[in-house]
Amino acid sequence: MATLHSRAAARLMITPAVVLLLGWMLIPLGMTVYFSFLRFNLLAPGTESWTGLTNYYFFLTDPSFWDAIRNTLTLVIGVLLITVTGGVLLALLLDQPIWGQGVARVLVIAPFFVMPTVSALIWKNMFMNPVNGLFAFLAKSVGLQPFDFLGQAPMASIILIVSWQWLPFATLILLTALQSLDTEQLEASEMDGAGPLNRFIYIVAPHLARATTVVILILTIFLLSIFAEILVTTNGGPGTATTNLTYLVYTQSLLQFDVGGGSAGGVVAIILANIVAIFLMRMIGKNLDA
Amino acid sequence: MGAISLQQVNKAFGETVVIPSIDLEVTDGEFVVFVGPSGCGKSTLLRLIAGLEDVSGGTIKIDGSDATLTPPSKRGLSMVFQSYALYPHMSVRRNIAFPLKMAGLDKDEAMRRVDAAAASLNLTDYLDRRPGQLSGGQRQRVAIGRAIVREPTAFLFDEPLSNLDAALRVNMRLEISELHQQLKTTMIYVTHDQVEAMTLADKIVVLNAGRIEQVGSPLELYREPANLFVAGFIGSPRMNFVSAAAAESHGAHTVGIRPEHLDLSTTAGEWQGKVGVAEHLGSDTFLHVHLDGGGTITARADGEFPVSHGSAIWLTPQADKFHRFDADGNRLP
Repeated sequence: MATLHSRAAARLMITPAVVLLLGWMLIPLGMTVYFSFLRFNLLAPGTESWTGLTNYYFFLTDPSFWDAIRNTLTLVIGVLLITVTGGVLLALLLDQPIWGQGVARVLVIAPFFVMPTVSALIWKNMFMNPVNGLFAFLAKSVGLQPFDFLGQAPMASIILIVSWQWLPFATLILLTALQSLDTEQLEASEMDGAGPLNRFIYIVAPHLARATTVVILILTIFLLSIFAEILVTTNGGPGTATTNLTYLVYTQSLLQFDVGGGSAGGVVAIILANIVAIFLMRMIGKNLDA
Repeated sequence: MGAISLQQVNKAFGETVVIPSIDLEVTDGEFVVFVGPSGCGKSTLLRLIAGLEDVSGGTIKIDGSDATLTPPSKRGLSMVFQSYALYPHMSVRRNIAFPLKMAGLDKDEAMRRVDAAAASLNLTDYLDRRPGQLSGGQRQRVAIGRAIVREPTAFLFDEPLSNLDAALRVNMRLEISELHQQLKTTMIYVTHDQVEAMTLADKIVVLNAGRIEQVGSPLELYREPANLFVAGFIGSPRMNFVSAAAAESHGAHTVGIRPEHLDLSTTAGEWQGKVGVAEHLGSDTFLHVHLDGGGTITARADGEFPVSHGSAIWLTPQADKFHRFDADGNRLP
């Protein structure tokens, strides 16, 4: 990239990719914004008309809107807490030299390869089902009343399912970070008189800060748009107990056939995601600087 | 205070025996250097003393009491690692203060000791920097600072200078030597560099394949190497070995003669040969001489010695400087 000529050539070469990516992003975004200003109902095709901010007004004053915001945040924070703590603990465990380490690692990573719909259905029907589920069986075998997870604690159950899916991802990233820790540093701290707990607090945890930041940022992006797990387990219910913003947008546009309202919801979701992103980058983004 | 004694210490990793059995006494205040080629077990031996590896058998006594099963932090030893092993996310001050913090020392006292250590190591201006912002030599000094604040019974150095450039290495060598003069604490130093060993040590322990070949002061090892291995390892350029006829005439299987103990002449002498490569260092010239009878010998001449590639040359070994070895490589009296 040294000469003027090669720089110009380079720009020319990357132009198609940039144009494609821009189009890929901007066209759907533009259409969503455009639809959000229309009265656009699939039950009355061909009657679209401009309505200004009415869609936003209805979406934001919808009684389920604030529930959805709260649920979205609960889901994100709950899953983050479980996956990051669990990921650190599992990574520490898997980093120990044990017999069958390779197999153990593959087993831990396996849930990541199961499709969200499939894993949610398995959890719903084979584990959490109050009649046929494994947990119900275990409860009954010790004489307890089976617990109806998705009925009694729907949000906690969904957090559990989603955490189970994303824990391997966090573990994987944190494990690689852990393996890059210089063993001489650990030995030095051992000679300096640091016990296992102090070694974790002063040496291991700071070393994992950057990887943890990456995990939190990536997970947040995915967790803001959790949908399949809710659709196949609780359908957003009971009531609005597990309706997050994504699910609310789906309800608006595809259950109530209100594309305009759904698009307005989509735009609100984009804004919310950006607020979360700015907040996160401010809070932990400095960890990414070398 | 800092006497360390190893009795029949051995170490095996699984089937591989790294150290068969070692007995060694280190007296208080001594500067002991473990030297040997890579893979000879010198670092392992140091790590056994530090407690970072468990011994497979034998006893380690520190300061008279059995420390074989004592965890590293309770042995009262400080270690400087080859990679320095500084904590990258802590400032220099916090790095040096870390062992004191772990020992639960009072904060003011800790800061006082850190400042004193930093002052003696010329680190005062760098106390608030991170290790990543320091040069190799400064990092090395921080690692030493972290070791001295604890006021340990003995220091362990694991090839501390091998990551530095040549000029800095000479400097740090002097600083470490001075540090030892000041503190008078026992130091055990591992290196593969025989120059470091010769210049620093009160006592050199030459290791080969996990065995002690010889223990002695630098000059003892230079003057009276116990066997062929030590003879070849100590001294630079290495000793010349001659077998067959020339050796038998001295009543030995092999004789050794150091490059600096050969008299050179362009006219006459005991052995005749041709100059191969001549390395001019300014103060000295090292000549690689191909003897007419076969074999190559290194000889040291003064810097201005007037020969070049291909010149005929005569070498005369100084009679009293011969080292004679038997068929097993052991020194003959």
